[in-house]
Amino acid sequence: MFVQFTTWDIVRNLLEAGRWTLALSLLAFMLGGAVGLLVLFLRISHNRVAQAFTKGYIEIFQGTPLLMQLFIVFFGLPLLGIDVSPWLAAALGLTLFTSAYLAEIWRGCVEAVPRGQWEASASLALSFPQQMRHVVLPQALRVAIAPTVGFSVQVVKGTAVTSIIGFAELTKTGSMLANATFQPFLVFGLVAAGYFALCYPLSLYAKRLERRFHVAR
Amino acid sequence: MSLVNIAGLHKHFGTNHVLKGIDLAVEEGDVIALIGRSGSGKSTLLRTINGLESIDKGELVVDGTAVHDGKGDLRALRQKVGMVFQQFNLFPHLTAGQNVMLAPTVVKKTAKREAEDIAKEVLLKVGLSDKFDSYPDQLSGGQQQRVAIARALAMRPKVLLCDEITSALDPELVNEVLAVVQQLAAEGMTLIMVTHEMRFARDVGNKLIFIHHGRIHESGDPKTILTNPETPELANFTRAVM
Ligand SMILES: Nc1ncnc2c1ncn2[C@@H]1O[C@H](COP(=O)(O)OP(=O)(O)O)[C@@H](O)[C@H]1O
Ligand SMILES: [Mg+2]
Repeated sequence: MFVQFTTWDIVRNLLEAGRWTLALSLLAFMLGGAVGLLVLFLRISHNRVAQAFTKGYIEIFQGTPLLMQLFIVFFGLPLLGIDVSPWLAAALGLTLFTSAYLAEIWRGCVEAVPRGQWEASASLALSFPQQMRHVVLPQALRVAIAPTVGFSVQVVKGTAVTSIIGFAELTKTGSMLANATFQPFLVFGLVAAGYFALCYPLSLYAKRLERRFHVAR
Repeated sequence: MSLVNIAGLHKHFGTNHVLKGIDLAVEEGDVIALIGRSGSGKSTLLRTINGLESIDKGELVVDGTAVHDGKGDLRALRQKVGMVFQQFNLFPHLTAGQNVMLAPTVVKKTAKREAEDIAKEVLLKVGLSDKFDSYPDQLSGGQQQRVAIARALAMRPKVLLCDEITSALDPELVNEVLAVVQQLAAEGMTLIMVTHEMRFARDVGNKLIFIHHGRIHESGDPKTILTNPETPELANFTRAVM
């Protein structure tokens, strides 16, 4: 069977695959954010075991390539008798990756809150969760917004790696189309343009936020 | 029983033995000035009284709430002890009114309406009733420090700790803060303050404590011991600062 691809066919297929890239990015970012918040709380808690565990967690994910993390999820879980589809492996791997980075970014923001704020709220008899909720997180949040949006660009680009375990997102679909059409330059040019269209507005937005919170109180 | 009772209090930072057996009784209505050279342990002593620093050895009792050898209910202690810091430490994301209302609503679960009344009352007391909706960065240093005092008062503390609360202020703003403290003293508030304002310590305090190398080296009536210090160390100190 031989199929003739028009340029519009290529674009249409890439747009469809782009939706998976977008969906995976959103999912990884939201779930990663939720898990990251949990990791952050354990990381800065007064519990030694929780501190050590989350410190190790963050270091493992920051110290190994995302590709290896995906391989371990995709090939490792089946060894334990758990079957994972490429979609599940991609979502799980990226979520863990994102959670570790966000927890570390946010920890920096929490530590940027001056010690005097902790001391003042402690001497008013606030408990640790009350200090976090009413004093520390509201201030850390201001600082966190710009780097968090900035990191979302890394998540979008990170989804490309999931093509290697066979998840048919933008990059994977691009390779298949390049093989079928013998027009790799056109296809990957379009793929790159797709990533750019997703990432550029995010970086621009992150830069604007950074400037805004730099001058704000 | 005194309002604050400290007995045999020791505190180390690593190998640095900072407080070497402090015994101190504070009665209701006392206005105590802590003086001494930088690094002598004044702030550390003050901070143990509301549990910001742990105690290695000894006993601390404030109005019946006790800390023995570092163990005790710190949050119960802190509800009885207010603290004002050199650097104000107002919450920058909250207005003056919200700064004052936070602890009553969150810690004591006071209803919002009632907390607002308390906030208005204490802001009026420090002369800032018109600044309820101002953010800290819209206030002068002196005004910020007065809000910090109001914030502590809103918890109705039994004793108020002040750690060099005028040291970070421009000279022309010092008096407005001291006036508030003086008024509190006159109303019978129990105060323990670390201060370099010797004249204020003498005129407003009823007891002066000279800390030297982590010990109470000399203490007594401010006018008496400042005029006739018994130890050469206090004599040297007063000569240097007055
Ligand atoms: N958090 C801390 N960690 C280690 N050492 C400290 C700490 N706080 C104070 N110290 C040390 O304790 C001693 C007393 O300090 P401090 O109570 O602040 O003195 P003062 O208030 O009289 O100037 C100093 O030697 C100081 O370096
Ligand atoms: Mg000090």
